[in-house]
Amino acid sequence: MAVDTETQFHVLAVDDSLLDRKLIERLLKTSSFQVTTVDSGSKALEVLGLREDQQPEHNEIEVNLVITDYCMPGMTGYDLLKKIKESSSLKDIPVVIMSSENVPSRINRCLEGGAEEFFLKPVQLSDLKRLRPHILKGKSKEQETENTTIISTSTGTTSSSGSNKRTAIAIDEDLAPNKRTRLRFSSSSSLTLV
Amino acid sequence: MEIGKLQRRYLDFTSTLFHEGFLDNQFTQLQQLQDESSPEFVLEVVTLFFEDSEKLLDELSRTLDQQAVDFKKVDAHVHQLKGSSASIGAQRVKNVCVAFRNFCEEMNQEGCLRCLRQVRNEYFLVKNKLETLFALEQQIVAAGGSVPMMW
Repeated sequence: MAVDTETQFHVLAVDDSLLDRKLIERLLKTSSFQVTTVDSGSKALEVLGLREDQQPEHNEIEVNLVITDYCMPGMTGYDLLKKIKESSSLKDIPVVIMSSENVPSRINRCLEGGAEEFFLKPVQLSDLKRLRPHILKGKSKEQETENTTIISTSTGTTSSSGSNKRTAIAIDEDLAPNKRTRLRFSSSSSLTLV
Repeated sequence: MEIGKLQRRYLDFTSTLFHEGFLDNQFTQLQQLQDESSPEFVLEVVTLFFEDSEKLLDELSRTLDQQAVDFKKVDAHVHQLKGSSASIGAQRVKNVCVAFRNFCEEMNQEGCLRCLRQVRNEYFLVKNKLETLFALEQQIVAAGGSVPMMW
């Protein structure tokens, strides 16, 4: 079954700033994503179905990608990333980190922690074009591993009404761009590293 | 005033804002995100910026007015202000925030107070400019015209 590139994917956006939440929501909707926004890492984990007892609920919403701010009070974006990657049920969800600060050590830490991308704020529409490949990669891999998978999955097509089933997205280690550094510097700098 | 004149006045005013550095490309990005499905987007975001900033400026005054200044707290507020000004393209406000954070790092109260005065000035300047911009847009629409965009 070919992956339908017109499928609406669901992105969970996490940011403690209301202004930035509004902005990222608009950017994502303009890019044809379904969006849920929350203002903290702990709320994000609730939406993802991961509560304190670490048992995913049966009726949590399917999320295809998490995009989170780095600097947040309480749980930082990095903390959230680690919690997602350490969870057997959530670890295959691609995570993207955003930050207004261009700190190379921070960027590397996030990428090494499993983040797919690191976006410098303010995030641009062109940055969001890089999201779909990460989601599609995971989804097409899921089709391939369906027959031989040992991960318990219930596959369901993503419908706009929202699937109640959890779909584990397996990302092949070779394809995961964890090791690649993708940096987009702010427009005031002349250097773009891709 | 007839529509053509109103539109030209709007374009001239917008152009000046960019040339004088009050706004940068991020503001244009916001305008480009506005469409029929989100017709008030720029106004909504800018309003959030106004609310955020005034709260932060008050907090900054309070925090810097202490005997023993908590520079970490000051820095946290300036970081927030820098972020939201960058998000809407309020370039001059953002630039003062950069200098402001340096003084926080140096724990320089005098420098911080100077920056606070400066950032407050820049904020009210850009607020005034943006309110004028929105008023000009409303005038065009009220006259039956459409707001011209600069790209």
